[in-house]
Amino acid sequence: MIQIRELYKYYGERRAIGPLSVEIGQGEIVGLLGVNGAGKTTALRILACDLLPSAGSVKVDGIDVVESPEAVRERIGYLPDTPPLYGDMRVGEYLAFAARLRGVPSKDVARRVVAVEELTALRERHDDPISTLSHGFQQRCGIAQAIIHEPKLVVLDEPISGLDPVQIVEMRALVRKLGGTHTVIVSSHILSEISETCDRILVIKDGEIVASGTEEELSSRLLEGVRVRVTVRAIGAPASAASGRAKTVLASVAGVTGVEATHTSESGDTVSSFTVEAKTDIRPALVQAVLGAGLELLELGRHEHELESVFLRLAGSSNAAAKEESAS
Amino acid sequence: MSKALLIARREMGAYARSPLGGVIIGGALLIEGILFYYWGLSQKMLSAEVLSEFFYAASGVTMVSSLVLSMRLIAEERQTHTFTLLNTAPIRDWEIIVGKYLSALGMLAILTVLTLYMPALIFVNGKVSVGHIAVGYAGLLLIGSATIAIGLFASSLTSSQVVAAIVGAAILVALILLWMLAGEVEPPLNDVLAAMAFHHQNFMPFQKGILELKGVAYYSAVTYFFLLSATKILEARRWR
Repeated sequence: MIQIRELYKYYGERRAIGPLSVEIGQGEIVGLLGVNGAGKTTALRILACDLLPSAGSVKVDGIDVVESPEAVRERIGYLPDTPPLYGDMRVGEYLAFAARLRGVPSKDVARRVVAVEELTALRERHDDPISTLSHGFQQRCGIAQAIIHEPKLVVLDEPISGLDPVQIVEMRALVRKLGGTHTVIVSSHILSEISETCDRILVIKDGEIVASGTEEELSSRLLEGVRVRVTVRAIGAPASAASGRAKTVLASVAGVTGVEATHTSESGDTVSSFTVEAKTDIRPALVQAVLGAGLELLELGRHEHELESVFLRLAGSSNAAAKEESAS
Repeated sequence: MSKALLIARREMGAYARSPLGGVIIGGALLIEGILFYYWGLSQKMLSAEVLSEFFYAASGVTMVSSLVLSMRLIAEERQTHTFTLLNTAPIRDWEIIVGKYLSALGMLAILTVLTLYMPALIFVNGKVSVGHIAVGYAGLLLIGSATIAIGLFASSLTSSQVVAAIVGAAILVALILLWMLAGEVEPPLNDVLAAMAFHHQNFMPFQKGILELKGVAYYSAVTYFFLLSATKILEARRWR
């Protein structure tokens, strides 16, 4: 669906993108992950034919963005980081305008407006002026205009930015829904958004793709093993000795390379939490060891900040990486 | 072209929904009415002269109104980030420019039609020809069209409406003042500058009811030049 070869973009003397090469297949949901200023928005603007590249080739559905930008734009729906909404228009009126602008035949406009309003839960807001909508509904309206013409490729630049937790969950579900019929590219600097909605993650740093793969692939490749979070309760042990005993039990499991006590949110003096590091996935052995030693297992799972660690190592600055190291 | 008309319709709607359209038209009508009363009705003149004075005053109001109507056309969209919608839609840059231009021209046409009562008063109470009125109005629309093109070009340069208004006004005033410069230089440059002057030599015939091809060609050329320049600005900005 998308072939990008040796793409460069310069703003004056400053290189914002490049060299950047990547291929994205039909129907994929791909996350573009990077810190602010990494080049995400520039890359997406080039893809949406809002900007022209300085060098290299970008093809969407086999069509070059420089040679035939209008043909590419027919195939793309683009939501920029600030939704392009006319506050003075009503939702339905705006979507009908966007549909005609993107070449939807007149006889199909009303049908498409209803379809995207239902998909984005905007039906009840059809007659509301856009300026009166909440941020979440404005973001939905932005997505609705991007898919009104049933494009093959949907490009969403930070669609979850500024949404509340309920809206974030709804937006993730919406993005996943789009994945069935469209190729979707979502950019973000929010890790959970990318990992929960995308089939594949592209990590961008200084305008270059520094890693590509699923969360698990990136974790195993870059973290050199797994990190497991364990919370246990030592029954009958004095409070002062409970943590030491549990740590000894965990450290004795074959394959464990390190055990570190961490803050626990559970109540009780004899409850303690640890981060266990190992070269391979030793979760079954940890369960057996904890239960075999007569400890109560309250919680055990892959470290929730694992992807964040990968992200900080790949895309972040050395300062960010140092902070992450000290925090873990 | 249908996409240009679509953009023009949306822009006309935006003028209607915001106070801007009403304020510009209302303000222009008020000023034209005052000038008409002062210059036209309070002095003893032939009715053809009154009509000529009316078109002279109306040309000034038309230029200012056209500049105010056009300064927001691109700059406001860049400021509110809505221009991305147009820039990433399957339309050509010239269609965006023509659509914007037509919307301002439409508003100017409404304003111009609403001033008809003033020449009508002269027509009913004096002796003027319909041809004089028609040619004068053609001149107003032509000078307005050229001013809108200048304002649209200025608007395409920046995301600030204030800067767009200043740049547009600077171009317009410089073009108007060329006739003063024409008086200071030697032939044949004086004739060239006089022919290029925005108002003096090119608008006077319209004001007097004389339809000259030279004036029509001049305002059409200025309109085309600045619309083309605005289109090229949009194209160039995609490289930045």
